[in-house]
Amino acid sequence: MCRKCVKLFLLLALVAMPAFAVAPDIRNAPAANAPATQAQIAQLQQAVANAQSSGDNAWMLISAALVLLMTGPGLTLFYGGLVRRKNILGTMMQSFAMMGLVTVLWAFVGYSLAFGHGNAFIGGFDHLFLRGVSLTPNPDYAATIPEQTFMIYQLMFAIITPALITGAFAERVKFSSMAVFLCLWSLLVYCPMAHMIWGVGGLLNFNTPGVRWPVFDFAGGTVVHITSGVSALVCALYLGKRAGYPETNMAPHSMVLSFVGACLLWVGWFGFNAGSALSAGPLATSAFINTQFAAAAAALTWSLAEWLHNGKPSALGAISGAVAGLATITQASGFVQPMSALLIGAIAGLVCGFMVMRFKKLLGYDDSLDAFGVHGIGGTIGALLTGVFAAGAINAVFGKDASGMPRATGAIDGNWHQIANQAFGAGIGWLLAIAGTLVLLFLVDRTMGLHLSPADEAAGLDLSQHGEEGYELNA
Amino acid sequence: MVKIEAIIQPVKLETVKEALLEAGIEGITILEARGHGRQKGHTEFYRGREYTIDLIPKIKLEIVTTEALQDKVVNAILGAARTGHIGDGKVFISKVDEAIRIRNDERGEAAL
Repeated sequence: MCRKCVKLFLLLALVAMPAFAVAPDIRNAPAANAPATQAQIAQLQQAVANAQSSGDNAWMLISAALVLLMTGPGLTLFYGGLVRRKNILGTMMQSFAMMGLVTVLWAFVGYSLAFGHGNAFIGGFDHLFLRGVSLTPNPDYAATIPEQTFMIYQLMFAIITPALITGAFAERVKFSSMAVFLCLWSLLVYCPMAHMIWGVGGLLNFNTPGVRWPVFDFAGGTVVHITSGVSALVCALYLGKRAGYPETNMAPHSMVLSFVGACLLWVGWFGFNAGSALSAGPLATSAFINTQFAAAAAALTWSLAEWLHNGKPSALGAISGAVAGLATITQASGFVQPMSALLIGAIAGLVCGFMVMRFKKLLGYDDSLDAFGVHGIGGTIGALLTGVFAAGAINAVFGKDASGMPRATGAIDGNWHQIANQAFGAGIGWLLAIAGTLVLLFLVDRTMGLHLSPADEAAGLDLSQHGEEGYELNA
Repeated sequence: MVKIEAIIQPVKLETVKEALLEAGIEGITILEARGHGRQKGHTEFYRGREYTIDLIPKIKLEIVTTEALQDKVVNAILGAARTGHIGDGKVFISKVDEAIRIRNDERGEAAL
């Protein structure tokens, strides 16, 4: 027994010896050889750069997946639960179709139109079929991650934006026409808006040299929520009301599905906002915290308003409030202090709640799932509030002055003019969404017809458009 | 023979079933029903939109038994299903001319 121990010890000593013998050599070598030091420093720098790239890339790939999770299953469940039972599959398919269609479009031409080199309004065709989009970083957008990571991350935004619109024409649009309309919309409304705010040389991009109206849009309050929300309103007005609205009971068929969907949206939104830092540094942390704070505050204020007004805090009110807070903080998420985020969220819950619960009834349009009231309004007040609360201490967008202090970014720093810049950006978003959506709706309606026939609408999307049912209760 | 039909609150089904078992009833049929009486349902709010749900879920029990057991069964249902609030339901009693057991053609009270 003891002899075995001794043998083992000897064996271990034998194995360890070369390590002890080599160690002093490594320590002595640099002092003896100066050029080797240079080479080693270069090597170390490369190793550090690689480590940062790995860290950033890991976060960005996870974020991309999180943003896709927002569309499916997040949005599909959220919207699916809010419609009537006969329309659940049709409603889910409208969002899911974007996961397929927009992906292919993005690979062919969408990425190039949004992020290629073009003019101030739209990208060019230089990245057609992803030509030149490689696994090395593109410093125009993100210097530490492969450009293909940036490309796939941005794709997830391009997917969810048209999917959000489907809430406005739920339960009454032809699947084929909807698919064609949203594909065209993605290219003619989404891509230009993304290019103007985020694209190299974009009209509103604060990185464009000599930019006249620098707009702060961290994660797409204008690019995603204003464009989709305003287009949703145009769609609701153009298509008209659902048959029987508002006399018939159109209560959500499953609040449980909507509840799960909204919670998944909340989680996915960390990828949406914190991922928009395009790195895994402190800016991502800031956006992450602001996302959580705004969602929580908005859920509370919407619930409280409903409690006081209707006597009960509904589950639908709480989750709608959270989504409104998330849509509203999107634009500000990487620019503001945590306390500002709480305030922005609180305002979002009250304003969006009022728009959805009171204002819509006054006007009488049928924005079935409130894509406008939540995303259009949330995006717009988010754009303006970003101008108010953007703080140079969080994100020194305009660089630092001679004394090393960040230059004023929002009104809270003294740069009141930023509110006007934000309003200008939001105004462009509204105009582009209204004009683009109207033209495309008109074209698609004239050629294919948008509205379901009364018989198909009565039967429901599931049976009339897809030939199946969401719930086979006798199976 | 008599048929006793009772419309009750769904939450009261378990206590009514137990009470009927104690009263000596061996077979019942239940139907999931929807309806309203004088109370006219309730209202629900979804994002500020108010819906009146006037047909609310109920359970309908059907029991066919002998005249001798009638009072005992009715009292069991009344005792078990009553909360004292609007919406407790109703009991209807009617005569039954004939009962036939499908399995062996037994007739009358023997088929119950």
